[in-house]
Amino acid sequence: MDIFKIIDDLQKIDGDAVGRLEHASRRYFMNRVGSTLAAAAAPMAFATIVNKAYGQTAAAVDVLKFALTLEYLEDAFYKEGLKASGLIPDKYKASIAQIGKHESQHVAYLVKAVGAMNLQFDWTYGGKLSDTFSNFKTFITVATALEDTGVRAYKGQAGALMKDPGILKVALQVHSVEARHAAQVRRIFAVENSSPGTKGWITGNASPIALVQAVYNGEENLTQGGVNLKGLAGKSDNAVSEAFDEILTKEQVLAIAGPFIKA
Amino acid sequence: MFSQIVFRWAKENINLFIVMERIAGTNTNSDNEGQKLSSKVDRRSFLMSAGIAASVGAAMVACTKDHEPTPGAGGSVDLGSGDVGVLNYAYALEQLEAAFYTQVIATPYDSISEAERTILTDIRDHEIIHRDFFKAALTAAAPTAIIPALEVDFSSINFKNRDSVLGAAKLFEDTGVAAYNGAGNLIKTADYLVLAGKIVSVEARHASVIRDLLKQNTADFAGDDVVDNDGLDKAIDPAVILAAVKPFLKTNVTGANVGK
Repeated sequence: MDIFKIIDDLQKIDGDAVGRLEHASRRYFMNRVGSTLAAAAAPMAFATIVNKAYGQTAAAVDVLKFALTLEYLEDAFYKEGLKASGLIPDKYKASIAQIGKHESQHVAYLVKAVGAMNLQFDWTYGGKLSDTFSNFKTFITVATALEDTGVRAYKGQAGALMKDPGILKVALQVHSVEARHAAQVRRIFAVENSSPGTKGWITGNASPIALVQAVYNGEENLTQGGVNLKGLAGKSDNAVSEAFDEILTKEQVLAIAGPFIKA
Repeated sequence: MFSQIVFRWAKENINLFIVMERIAGTNTNSDNEGQKLSSKVDRRSFLMSAGIAASVGAAMVACTKDHEPTPGAGGSVDLGSGDVGVLNYAYALEQLEAAFYTQVIATPYDSISEAERTILTDIRDHEIIHRDFFKAALTAAAPTAIIPALEVDFSSINFKNRDSVLGAAKLFEDTGVAAYNGAGNLIKTADYLVLAGKIVSVEARHASVIRDLLKQNTADFAGDDVVDNDGLDKAIDPAVILAAVKPFLKTNVTGANVGK
C-alpha cells in the first residue's frame, strides 16, 4: 500500500477538454451536469471552469477525484464478481447486479466531471485475501467493507463541498445510494455467515471480520453535536451508535482502500 | 382473487398513493429547468438565488427573528428560517417517523415475524433518538424557536395490515432520505451539515431494509423508482416534502423560510 503514491497519482490527473467551455456560466454547467442532457452535452471541462473562473472550488475537484477512485474500485469489484461463474447465488444476483449498475453509473458520471483515470486493482488486498471471487462469503464480506467505507468517505467530504452547492447535492445523492447498498450487502452477509448480529445498520464498532476493523473504528461514538447522547430516551449504547453513521477522513479511507489499488 | 386483494390494498392505501405520486412527480433535475437556466447567468445572480453569498446569508440570518415559529397557535406551526429552520424541519420529520414506529411496535401487524419485529424496533429506537437529539440540540441552540410536539394523523394507515404498515414505512424512509438530501444546500453551519449526513445514511439504511422486507432479494432496496440513471438518490425541496407529509399531520406545518 502506498497512500502517497495514490495521492500523487490523483494530483497528476487533469481534466481534459480544456478551454471548451470557458464562456459557460457555472450555474449553466451544473444544471447541464445534473440533467439527462449531460451525456449528450459531451464537453466536460469541469476543471477549467472551476479552477480558472472560481479558483476556490479546486477543493471540490479533489473531492470528485477521490470519489472517482472509490467508485472505480467498487465498479471493478462488482464487475469481477458478476462475471465469476458460480460465485453469486442466484437469489442474490438481482441485488448485486443493481449495486454494480449504480457503481458503473457513478463512475460514468464522475468521469464526465473530472476525466478518466487508469487504475489497476489487487484483489488479494496485499496478499491477505485468496478467494475474493471464488468464495461468496469472502466476496460479500469485501462488499460490506467497501460499501460501509463508501458511506463514511462521502460523508467525510460534505464539509469540503459547502461552497459548491451543485456538487454537494450530487455527493449527498450518491452517499445515500451507497448507504442503501451497504444495508443490503450487510444483510446478505448476515444470512450467509449466520451472523444475526450484523444488521443493515452499524452497531458499535463491530466489524464483520477483523481484517477490516478500520472501516468500523469510531462508529461506536455516542457524542453528537458536542453532546453525549449516552442513555438518551433510555436507549442502549448500541441503539445510539446505530442511529448515527460516522465520517472517515480522506487519509483514513485511502489507508483502508490502498491495499486494493496497485501503484 | 388477486385483483381483489390488490383493490383492497389500494383502497387502504389511497392516501399513500397520492403522496407517492406527488413525490414521484418531482424531478429535481428536470430538463425544463436546465433549459430555463441555460441563458447566461452571472456569478452574482447565481449566488443570490442559491442563497449562499456570505453577505446575503448574513442578511438573512439577521431576519431570523421575524420568522419565529408560532407554537401551537391555531394548530399551525412555522419552522422558521436559516439553520434553525432546517433543524426544525428535520425535527418535524423525525417526530413523524418516531410516532409512526412507536405505533407500529405498540400495535404490531398481523403475523409479524420475530425478525421483522426486531428490525422495526431498532428503527423505532433510531427515530426516537433522532427526534430527542434534535429536541435537545434546538432547545440548546434556539430555545425560543424550537417547534412544539406535532400532532400526527395516521388514519390512512391500517396498522393491522403488513403491506399498509411497510408501505407507509417505505414512504417515510424514502421521504426522509430525499428531504435530507434536498436540505444539505440550505445548511450554513458545517457541523449541522455533517450531523445531517450522519443521520441521512441511517435513514437510507432503513429505506433499504424496509424495501427488502417488501420485495426480498430484488433490486428494490435501491430501486429504479428512487435511484435515477446516474445512480443518484432523490433530493427534494422542503416545500414539496411538507406537502407530501401533510396527510399525516394534524398540525399545519409551514416552512417557506427554511434555510433562508
